Amino acid sequence: MGAAGLAGCDRLSQTDWFPRVLGSAEKLNQRVATLVTGRKAMAQEFTPADLSPSFRSNGTSNPDNPEYQTLAATGFADYRLEVAGLVAKPRSFSLADLHALPSRTQITRHDCVEGWSAIGKWEGAKLSALLDAVGPTAKARYVVFRCADPMNDDGTSPYYESIDMDDAYHVQTILAYKLDDKPLPVANGAPIRLRVERQLGYKHAKYVMRLELVESFAHIGDGNGGYWEDQGYQWYAGI
Amino acid sequence: MNDTSQTPVAAPAPAAAGGAASDAPAAPDPTSGTAGGELYRRHALPVRVMHWVNVVALTLMLLSGLCIFNSHPALYWGQSSYSGRPAWLEIGATQAADGRIRGYTRVFGHTFDTTGVLGVSTDAGQMYVQGFPSWLTLPSHQWLAMARAWHFFFAWVFLINGLGYVGYTIGSRHLARDLWPTRPDLRGIGRSVLDHLRFRHAAGDAAKRYNVLQKFAYLVVVFVLLPLIVLMGLGLSPRLDTLFGGWVSLFGGRQSARSIHFIVAWTLVAFVLVHVFEVIVTGLWNNLRSMVTGRYRVPQEAVHN
Repeated sequence: MGAAGLAGCDRLSQTDWFPRVLGSAEKLNQRVATLVTGRKAMAQEFTPADLSPSFRSNGTSNPDNPEYQTLAATGFADYRLEVAGLVAKPRSFSLADLHALPSRTQITRHDCVEGWSAIGKWEGAKLSALLDAVGPTAKARYVVFRCADPMNDDGTSPYYESIDMDDAYHVQTILAYKLDDKPLPVANGAPIRLRVERQLGYKHAKYVMRLELVESFAHIGDGNGGYWEDQGYQWYAGI
Repeated sequence: MNDTSQTPVAAPAPAAAGGAASDAPAAPDPTSGTAGGELYRRHALPVRVMHWVNVVALTLMLLSGLCIFNSHPALYWGQSSYSGRPAWLEIGATQAADGRIRGYTRVFGHTFDTTGVLGVSTDAGQMYVQGFPSWLTLPSHQWLAMARAWHFFFAWVFLINGLGYVGYTIGSRHLARDLWPTRPDLRGIGRSVLDHLRFRHAAGDAAKRYNVLQKFAYLVVVFVLLPLIVLMGLGLSPRLDTLFGGWVSLFGGRQSARSIHFIVAWTLVAFVLVHVFEVIVTGLWNNLRSMVTGRYRVPQEAVHN
């Protein structure tokens, strides 16, 4: 009976409609979590004593991308972060430009969707400061992060992610260029990785090359707002 | 439990049923051990509905939870998994010297070969690497995104049902009337323990009430274990952890919360095993009927040997 029940559940998981029913909980989770904690809730911060001896690298550890490798070979001297989409002043930022923006340093816990946690010290440009410099238009609802790491072996399907404006303007949301007081290692997303501390690890896009402000992400990838979201993971990764 | 296996005569429960059978003119139900007595309305409709909703929700949450666990089959104390201290529980697979894949489980530094059950299992003759085996997980193969979807949907079913139950049980005075131990209950704990060990079950009016161990078990499950597992689940959410400046630290940190969540889940499994065992030995069909139709046939008194 148990085996038949499990097989039935497996068949339900394969249908189109049932995962949509299950997925209805996601919006509820986001609404309730936001309501209970408040839009500006701050992720817990830690002390240097709590730091993980070495910060785990997960997913891509070295992007299989010739353009990225060229940039890495010269210490990202020619790196430019493009910012485009629904902004008044599209522009690109060199690493020096990003260092010149107001920054924040924070020791936070990184929670992977798989279940593990690690604690690291991150320093980076406040995303809110960068957005102030480009001026998102009133229509902009999401920031999309386009990354250098291809997720397919043939070099296609670059990683991407998206967050809403509440998270984009949150105090702890930074474009990190340092981990544990050292330039961000390639294994952890050099030269720039997003830190969006109130969500799970897969939202923290590594190897960020381009930001796009959009009204909707339906036209990007499979339309679910991120590489893992397109594989069925929840867009709202606050739980 | 031991004294039944050592006693050459039948265990007390079936013996009691036999005794009743010789006394009672009505045809007894030998499997229930409760021949004769009146039909009594034991469980109200809301309790029956919420009980079975709970069975479904908790089962699906256990199985999907084990699938989630399998994506990182190790547990730690503290905030972090990478603190320099090893996991207190780890399930994994390793290649033995002869080239074969072996499953292992390491608990507090002691390693056990658990090939076939934990770490490495066999399905249709095919070996596969997976923490808990596919017959214990939902989905049966490793599919974290889908497991999370099941888990978080039925978490709401479980939570709403559970709050409904707590509200009902207080509002209807089910808690005060039926679940809260009385003074005589408390004085009789020792005897109740002995009665359980001897499979000596209540009859007559006493069978209409929960016994004191049963009351404690239900109260601990409803008001300690289930709230604790919910709280520890919420502690895994990075967003909810923002409350009160990181309340999950009170429980030792997020990885401690994950460990406690896991331990409480298996404690609940242990409760269910004992619960189902008691349901069977005190009359499977009579008990099942009482949780489906509400009617319970009260075992007759004076049938003890």
